[in-house]
Amino acid sequence: MKVYFKNIYLAISSILIGMSITFRHMFQKKVTIQYPEQKLQLPERERNRLFVNMDDCIGCDQCAKACPVSCIDIETIKAVPGDIVGKTGTTSQGKKKALFVPKFTIDFAKCCYCQLCVFPCPTECIYMTDVFEFSTFTRSDLLYEFTDMTPEMAVEKKKKIEEYAIELAKKKETAAAAAKKPVEKKPEETQKPATDIEKET
Amino acid sequence: MDKFLLDIFGSELIKDLIIPVPLFAFVIVFALYAVLAERKVSAFMQNRPGPNRAGGRTGILQPIVDAIKLLQKEMVLPERADKWLYWMAPFVVFTGTLLGFAIIPFSSIYVGVDLNIGLFYFFAITSISVVGMLIGGWSSNNKYSLYGSMRSVAQIVSYEIPTALAALNIVMLAGTLSMQKFCELQAGGIQNWFIFGGPGGLSKVILIPFLVIAALILFISTLAEANRTPFDLVEADSEIVAGVHLEYAGMQMVMFLFAEYAQMFAVSGIVVTLFLGGWQSPFGNAIPVLNTPWMQFAWFIGKGLFFVFVQIWLRWTLPRLRVDQLMQLCWKYLIPIALVCVFAVGLYLVL
Repeated sequence: MKVYFKNIYLAISSILIGMSITFRHMFQKKVTIQYPEQKLQLPERERNRLFVNMDDCIGCDQCAKACPVSCIDIETIKAVPGDIVGKTGTTSQGKKKALFVPKFTIDFAKCCYCQLCVFPCPTECIYMTDVFEFSTFTRSDLLYEFTDMTPEMAVEKKKKIEEYAIELAKKKETAAAAAKKPVEKKPEETQKPATDIEKET
Repeated sequence: MDKFLLDIFGSELIKDLIIPVPLFAFVIVFALYAVLAERKVSAFMQNRPGPNRAGGRTGILQPIVDAIKLLQKEMVLPERADKWLYWMAPFVVFTGTLLGFAIIPFSSIYVGVDLNIGLFYFFAITSISVVGMLIGGWSSNNKYSLYGSMRSVAQIVSYEIPTALAALNIVMLAGTLSMQKFCELQAGGIQNWFIFGGPGGLSKVILIPFLVIAALILFISTLAEANRTPFDLVEADSEIVAGVHLEYAGMQMVMFLFAEYAQMFAVSGIVVTLFLGGWQSPFGNAIPVLNTPWMQFAWFIGKGLFFVFVQIWLRWTLPRLRVDQLMQLCWKYLIPIALVCVFAVGLYLVL
């Protein structure tokens, strides 16, 4: 009998306690963040969509090699001596650019946001931005192209380097008697105009 | 109201057709907005803002948007379901609930039908919705639906007993079963409400504790009859998915939902009528402005909505009972206590 009345007392008191708690919560401040209008401050080192600053990219392909899921695709064309790559031919830190980059795509459908591509970059041109809302309706829309070169430009530059190679081969034929190694000769030639540009600028 | 309409139209038939129209409109509007209220109250209790897109911050258009969405939905018939019974079940449930509204006294001038056996009729007619639940669960050809409907039947049938016993106290005190008579007897202010002993001499004070307990029992057991938490074993989303509603979609689902929310107000109306003075103003005739027939609507609906709020409040506070706990509560606690109350009130009346 004692247990019986104790049960009733316990039931009623616990219900009243619960109800008072829920009633108090009705007038408390709402904690919801109305997402598209209000946004949380992102953490300092958040990892979101990548961005490539093509002005600084030297086409070294190190980010593509570091990528564990191979989502970065880079194509490069060698610059002919005397040709200016990009606007100035150098990066913002004064590093010389010797390669045209007609294709620099990152497939964000594949990207795992590991940030491994950011560290090897010698010019710090690939980095994480704070953009995280880029959902699309088709997967192909997630393939981002970063290069500023048009396909026509790429064709032109390709032609140039091919012509230059033929020219070089002709020179080689004429200098065949000298029997010098063409491989050693080449870097000397590509370096020379670069130094000239540096002096000019 | 009856006489007034009879004077205007001069025909019994037209009067009888017009009388239920405001009732039906009230039930539909109430059911729609009770869903919003439920969502809002639950949101506030969880420190959320709740629906706040359709119709500004209050979400006032949310029910309309929901209704349009649900109306567009396909009515799905499960394979190997009993077609006729399956289509019928939601309507049986809703009809049972709606018929219960016929005797709810909204005001001294408006009640669907002032039956002299009103309360008895209510308990009888709301049991029809149990049949609808059983039909729905059985014809869905789904074991979870069947479990839900079996639980529903077991629960509602057992909780009829404490409901009836608790109501019996007032029936004995008032000596009537007519809902309008209950309200009329409680005239003259808050001290004359049946929860405070009804009209009578000083000796009624000894009745107060029994009647308060009876009111609580009536509220708890009608809560169980309306299948609300903590007695929502019928739906029990975490155990049997959604019980009877499981296979239903679109309008059929809406009928079940409407029935549930309408039932919430109906049982609140019963509690209010029996214990809290029905449409009587708590100030009695001391302030006559507050006791005009139109103010009585406001009093009755206000009191009813308060109990609906308490039901919602309880839902978002308490966890669900287990089946054995449910039966234990009914047979070991509510019925004996209700019997003690009936005995006490009977003794008081005899002496």
